[in-house]
Amino acid sequence: MKKLTQKMEFKPFCVLVAIILICGVISGGDFFKITIVEGHFYGRLIDILRNGSRYAILAAGMTMALGTGGTDISVGSVMAIAGAIACSIVDGRILGGLNGNVFVAVLIALLAGALCGAWNGFMIAKLKVQPMVATMILLTAGRGIAQLIADGKIVTITSEAYYNISGGYILGLPVPMFIAVGVVILFLLLTRSTAFGIQVEAIGVNPGSSRLAGIKVERNLWIIYILCGITAALAGLIESAGIKGADCNNCGLMIEMDGILAVAIGGTSLAGGRFSIISSVIGALIVQTISTTIYAFGVAPELTRVAKAVIVIVVCLIQSQAFLTQVKKIRIGKAGKKEAPAV
Amino acid sequence: MKTRKSLKIENISLIIACILFVCMFIAGSAVYDHFGSAATFLNLFNDNAYLIVVAVGITFVLLTGGIDISVSSVVAFTCVFSAYLLEKGWSAVIVIPLVLAVGLFNGFLIGYCVQEYRIQPFIITLASQFLLRGMCAVVSTISIPIDNAFYKEAALNKISFKFGRTNAKLYIYVFLALCIVFLAYYILKYTRFGRTVYAIGSNELSAGYMGLNVKWVKIGVYMISSFCAALGGIIFSFYTLAGYSLQNMGMELDAISSAVIGGTLLTGGVGNVLGSVVGVLIQGVIQTIVTYQNLNAWWTRVTIAALLCLFIILQRFISIRADKQKGKG
Repeated sequence: MKKLTQKMEFKPFCVLVAIILICGVISGGDFFKITIVEGHFYGRLIDILRNGSRYAILAAGMTMALGTGGTDISVGSVMAIAGAIACSIVDGRILGGLNGNVFVAVLIALLAGALCGAWNGFMIAKLKVQPMVATMILLTAGRGIAQLIADGKIVTITSEAYYNISGGYILGLPVPMFIAVGVVILFLLLTRSTAFGIQVEAIGVNPGSSRLAGIKVERNLWIIYILCGITAALAGLIESAGIKGADCNNCGLMIEMDGILAVAIGGTSLAGGRFSIISSVIGALIVQTISTTIYAFGVAPELTRVAKAVIVIVVCLIQSQAFLTQVKKIRIGKAGKKEAPAV
Repeated sequence: MKTRKSLKIENISLIIACILFVCMFIAGSAVYDHFGSAATFLNLFNDNAYLIVVAVGITFVLLTGGIDISVSSVVAFTCVFSAYLLEKGWSAVIVIPLVLAVGLFNGFLIGYCVQEYRIQPFIITLASQFLLRGMCAVVSTISIPIDNAFYKEAALNKISFKFGRTNAKLYIYVFLALCIVFLAYYILKYTRFGRTVYAIGSNELSAGYMGLNVKWVKIGVYMISSFCAALGGIIFSFYTLAGYSLQNMGMELDAISSAVIGGTLLTGGVGNVLGSVVGVLIQGVIQTIVTYQNLNAWWTRVTIAALLCLFIILQRFISIRADKQKGKG
């Protein structure tokens, strides 16, 4: 039992259960209602799983980038690029020779994501630019590139196969969920069954000494940012399939904050070092649950962004050792004052 | 000889930036009619006065080796909030100091979190960016026009120059921006605060051992950056006479790339504000050319990002060479 509570995944999991329970009580049980229509499950919880899978996929990639002490804020733009490419190919606007083959379109979009990631990797690993600045270049330029690919329009498509990426069902459960589970299992295998995970943590703690210890820092950074790009592209595909088109202006807009938020709530240190992909996935589900409930309760969406920013700041402060000692000092000070008259 | 070489790092980048600016301007004049005039040149200042102020502010943070990506949201929030208050009938005399104070306070909070709680600058400023952008939307999601006598006065007052047959004009608020530039130049070059900024950027630890006040200078640079962003926001509201919650998206890249193009090293310790001004002017020329060429506005963003990449790569090569020379010495 003690072993269980000490796990990194324990705290966020409790928070998730608590939030879901609170939502369930407030909504008077509507929240838990799952109905079966034509063999598919419907309900709030299923919605959270469907929409949250986007965040979960993103968070899985982002966790590793943050684990090395870096970051990737270009994910939103990479999503837009992937969506624009896939939709344009399916639509037949570019590469008409493929006749809108969905499978090839998805493959090329993922490849583009990997390419974006490789670019980030090149800037960060080879040129030693701060990850923040390097990915910010793609953050602003990427959306422009997506616009140029889509020719400044919102590309709408009519392909049943493409819709299924977001709206389809397998065994009555939404497809994105299976994609997310697949990605997470792959990442877990990579980080827990190979030395890669420990190497990432080592780089996060101290890149210099990791290099001296014989870890190939550069190569690992390349791999991490390429993986980040691929996960972002995957999330972009799900999003564009969800709205049945590519909206380069709004696809994944400001989603980098949600990604970082999910990772931070999961308990991964934003300064690098210890990380857990499962925690981040749980964090992603927490973010999605908060968003879904806020919308369901009719709170203005503008406030969501403010709330999320506040949560990130609070989580950062809790992670900060200096802040905790300061709070402790104040507490002890107060307690000391209270005890003083008694003595 | 040796000192000249070590000084060169910032100069090479700045000289290249100046040459680039002149070349682009001449190229623009050669290709398009009516481009090569004093009016176009002065319009670069008129259109980018706010960016000059913001870039100068962010240069302080970059010089300490930090980063501030909340500036675009500070600009937007200043515009929206002041437009909202002016619409409610508040006087400009109260509104302007109030929004500047909001900027200062935001900078203080960021600086305090960075310095005292050791939160990475990019995460705390990212959070601040989202917080303020969200607050913009809370204040108003639609564009609010500004209909205040003082703002209109400030927006429309200008000084005209005659160059031959053409008429060029410079708006009053440009002088405010230029004052900020010279003030910042003076502070960085001749005051204890300014020299401490460079010392922290070169090596924070040794600056601390030297007995410099690292703590307050670091908080101070974030306050300056945020204050300049708020001031830039006021100038921007003079320029557009409106406040809209989605304006200036991605402007932090413009500000940072201005500083980098002007020779400020992202690792800190090297650079000056005049370079940042040149960086802003280069972006202004790019924007003008994109407008003349009648291209998609997104080309501006893509070109600026590409230019930023180029200069970052250039900086890497220069600093690698400088390191090698140091090794030889």
